[in-house]
Amino acid sequence: MTDPAPYRRSYWQTQPEYSYPPYRSTAKRAPTKPLVVAPQTLSEVTGPLFDYDDVKPEEADLTRQHSGEPLGERIIVSGRVLDENGRPLPQALIEIWQANSAGRYRHATDNHDAPLDPNFTGCGRVVTDDEGRYRFKSIKPGAYPWRNHYNAWRPAHVHLSVFGCGLMQRLITQFYFPGDPLLAYDPMYMSVPDERARQRLIAELDWEQTVPEHAIAYRFDIVLRGRDATPMERR
Amino acid sequence: MSLMLTPSQTTGPFVAISFERTTVEDVAPAGVSGERFVIGGRVLDGDGKPVDDAVVETWQANAHGKYAHPEDTREKLLETGFKGFGRVLTDRGGAFRFATIKPGCVTGPDDRLQAPHLVVVVFMRGLLKHLATRVYFPDDPANAEDPILALVPADRRSTLIARQVSSGVLEWNIVLQGENETVFFDY
Repeated sequence: MTDPAPYRRSYWQTQPEYSYPPYRSTAKRAPTKPLVVAPQTLSEVTGPLFDYDDVKPEEADLTRQHSGEPLGERIIVSGRVLDENGRPLPQALIEIWQANSAGRYRHATDNHDAPLDPNFTGCGRVVTDDEGRYRFKSIKPGAYPWRNHYNAWRPAHVHLSVFGCGLMQRLITQFYFPGDPLLAYDPMYMSVPDERARQRLIAELDWEQTVPEHAIAYRFDIVLRGRDATPMERR
Repeated sequence: MSLMLTPSQTTGPFVAISFERTTVEDVAPAGVSGERFVIGGRVLDGDGKPVDDAVVETWQANAHGKYAHPEDTREKLLETGFKGFGRVLTDRGGAFRFATIKPGCVTGPDDRLQAPHLVVVVFMRGLLKHLATRVYFPDDPANAEDPILALVPADRRSTLIARQVSSGVLEWNIVLQGENETVFFDY
């Protein structure tokens, strides 16, 4: 068997470094010894794949998981999962988690003095269609304080975990909302050195998907690592 | 055409609200062939303190050395019900644990065989992008010929080899910093 065609290395400055002193938690967790550069073998270019059957359609609606509707601005988020070559990735699993509209997570260690919403859990999942498209519905999360530095506030954000065609495309990220004045003060957002890459993390207002008198829509495309080989067949 | 990559961002401290619903602690359901074992350990930070908010994901071939993935085109047996993916969260003591089967050998660079191993991907608060590592099996003669282990400085290789605790029980810690820092890979 020939060696698998490798995925291109992440382009310079599009990804954060492990050690980033403004984000204090990196100090004791970022590796201190050099990483070992290794070839991508069959073990790395493969990875778990998911099916439409793995996820129920209702998991894409975070506003319909309880008896009542959650408080907050309804949002519809859609976009495509693509590789760097512009090729759409079908059957990519996206896992979603976020704070409620008051900026509080439904997690035992979230001590922020803001109310929990009995009608909001803040988790969902969706699988991309044949053209790499996904869509989910939620509410806009609130900003919340954290203890990284004095008067530190995280801008409103939604966490996304993405599985593409293999481990080389594994990505966990967060997206933000346009025009948020907290972004410039956020060490996580600012950890991405390249400004254009950083802006990839900001969803765009999407008038076409916006539902009048119901929900504002945002568009967020996700670009995973790509390679030059012939696209592989899925199943 | 080349689109700009989406940057990685940390999972943050609250990833468990999502991932605790989708953990896979038993990688090999009943009926899947192979030598069964349990592997566990702790994730430790630069002060040697347990990391209680880490996600450990694993990926492996089946006992015949076949990945459940279309890019593995070698003619080897796939087993129904074996995906090869594991996902566990660390507990308050930084511990993780999962049960699986020992994978067979898979092809590596230049058709050289790789020793049996699991690929491990780690996420947590304080990591702006995930870490990738591997775990190998103790006393496996194939380790000496493994082309990836051979790239690792000899004095650090032991960080990638699990320790046998008892029959069918292995221990392997993920040490983020310091003298026994686990080897992480850059692809």
